[in-house]
Amino acid sequence: MFALQIESLNKTYKNGVVALQDICFSVAKGDFFALLGPNGAGKSTTIGIITSLVNKSSGRIRVFNHDIDTHPSEAKQCIGVVPQEFNFNIFEKVEQILINQAGYYGIPYRIAKKRTEHYLKRLGLWNKRHSNARDLSGGMKRRLMIARALIHEPKLLILDEPTAGVDIELRRSLWDFVREINEKGTTIILTTHYLEEAESLCRNIAIINHGKIIEHTEKHTLLNKLKKEHFILYLRDPLHHTPILPGFNITLLDQNTLDVEIDVTQNINDLFQKLSEHTILVKSMRNKTNRLEELFLKLTNSS
Amino acid sequence: MKPSSNITFISFSTIVSKEITRFIRIWSQTLLPPAIIMALYFIIFGNFVGSQLPLTQGYTYMQFIAPGLIMMAVITNAYNNVVSSFFTQRFQKSVDEILVSPTPNWVILLGFSTGGILRGVLVGIIVGLIALCFTHLHFQHLFVTFIAALLTSIFFSFAGFTNALFARKFDDVAIIPTFILTPLTYLGGVFYSLNQLPPHWQTFAKLNPIIYMVDTFRYGLLGITDINVYFSLGLLFLLTCLLFFVNLYLLNKGVGLKP
Repeated sequence: MFALQIESLNKTYKNGVVALQDICFSVAKGDFFALLGPNGAGKSTTIGIITSLVNKSSGRIRVFNHDIDTHPSEAKQCIGVVPQEFNFNIFEKVEQILINQAGYYGIPYRIAKKRTEHYLKRLGLWNKRHSNARDLSGGMKRRLMIARALIHEPKLLILDEPTAGVDIELRRSLWDFVREINEKGTTIILTTHYLEEAESLCRNIAIINHGKIIEHTEKHTLLNKLKKEHFILYLRDPLHHTPILPGFNITLLDQNTLDVEIDVTQNINDLFQKLSEHTILVKSMRNKTNRLEELFLKLTNSS
Repeated sequence: MKPSSNITFISFSTIVSKEITRFIRIWSQTLLPPAIIMALYFIIFGNFVGSQLPLTQGYTYMQFIAPGLIMMAVITNAYNNVVSSFFTQRFQKSVDEILVSPTPNWVILLGFSTGGILRGVLVGIIVGLIALCFTHLHFQHLFVTFIAALLTSIFFSFAGFTNALFARKFDDVAIIPTFILTPLTYLGGVFYSLNQLPPHWQTFAKLNPIIYMVDTFRYGLLGITDINVYFSLGLLFLLTCLLFFVNLYLLNKGVGLKP
């Protein structure tokens, strides 16, 4: 069973800009799926079409087998969306925004009130329920939009850059929250600029660039495509010359820091063994860049 | 499959209650100004100027202009409520909240329009009560009075909705009321009888739909008319239906809402 099926989706805007070209991908029920791509790649257009906020030029979209053209109401009932930009009435009270949203989905007031309390408490906004939305901080506004998207308990939650402009602590707590929702059975589609976020949360990934899907696979399969990895090693004692270790490409960044390029077929233990032979002791190490980020840049630059 | 009638009713009542809350919350911008402006019209035109004028079709000038002033308030308030509310939601993108939901387009149209109708009728009642402070009015034909006010407010709510769909900036929201609606209302027989115009101007004036609304409403209140009431009501009904389907078509196409 698929939560989302997109077939031959095309979008050309009135000004002639071709935003999407023959997009095809599907998202399995229960999946945590990342749709990645650089700015202007077509991510938000795709999400806009799925959520009926953008007219498509051609193609077919089904949400839990409901065609968005022939069965829009059923399809819309299944979807909850957290858009990139704040799009609530800033003069409305937090609680009222959620109750109204529930109303648009035909949820009776009594149930809407209960769910509003549940989600506002869960997202730490209960104390702000009587505040105007404009008085919330950026992070609170993000959480409000997540609560609003969940009020009708959708089977498919679409998060378009949900943690943009959010501090690290809040970002982590939002990750935990969406993980929990996903574990309870909600399918999640995430677009993000934080590739660490996608690597940490998602099981399947599609990469879109210039309106085309250039990669659509499992995260692990995708990461295996990475031929080389860079590690930064922090040394205990300073070095004055770049050590020469056969098979490894090493750069001395400063007296205490080495940048080592390792082929995925190589063993990292061999590196440490050779470093020990040269009496070079490593204090700590880290990936130079996020692995997915490295791959993402390679794919989007080459397409 | 269409959404069930219960879901449709809940989404409709949500939009309507949100609209009512909005115009009640900002009553000093929505309900108070028309009351003050119309009171000034009654004092200046009805009292100071009107007292110098002869009876018009058996009524004092104050009585003659009262129905027109009430309709003027109904027209501008029904129109302004929908155009400002819907355009603001478009501008803030908060209308997306409704567009992503299963609420059908006809419910969106009727929901916002009902807000305009209720404000138009409420302001009409307020202005009617102010008129009673200056003169006495009796319903000659209660049903005609009611139906004329209702159809007029529906028509102008729909017209406000069309304006809100096409507007790109706040200036576009003000242009139609300022340059089209207000002149048409002033030329719509509020302050004079159609029969007082020269024959060729009478023909020209009949191209203005507001003249039929004011005339029918005046017939309901005073029992005097320049145009056949049934013809006016029929025309108003047809124009209202036409505007409903035009708006529905625009919504279905996503004009002004979906790139």
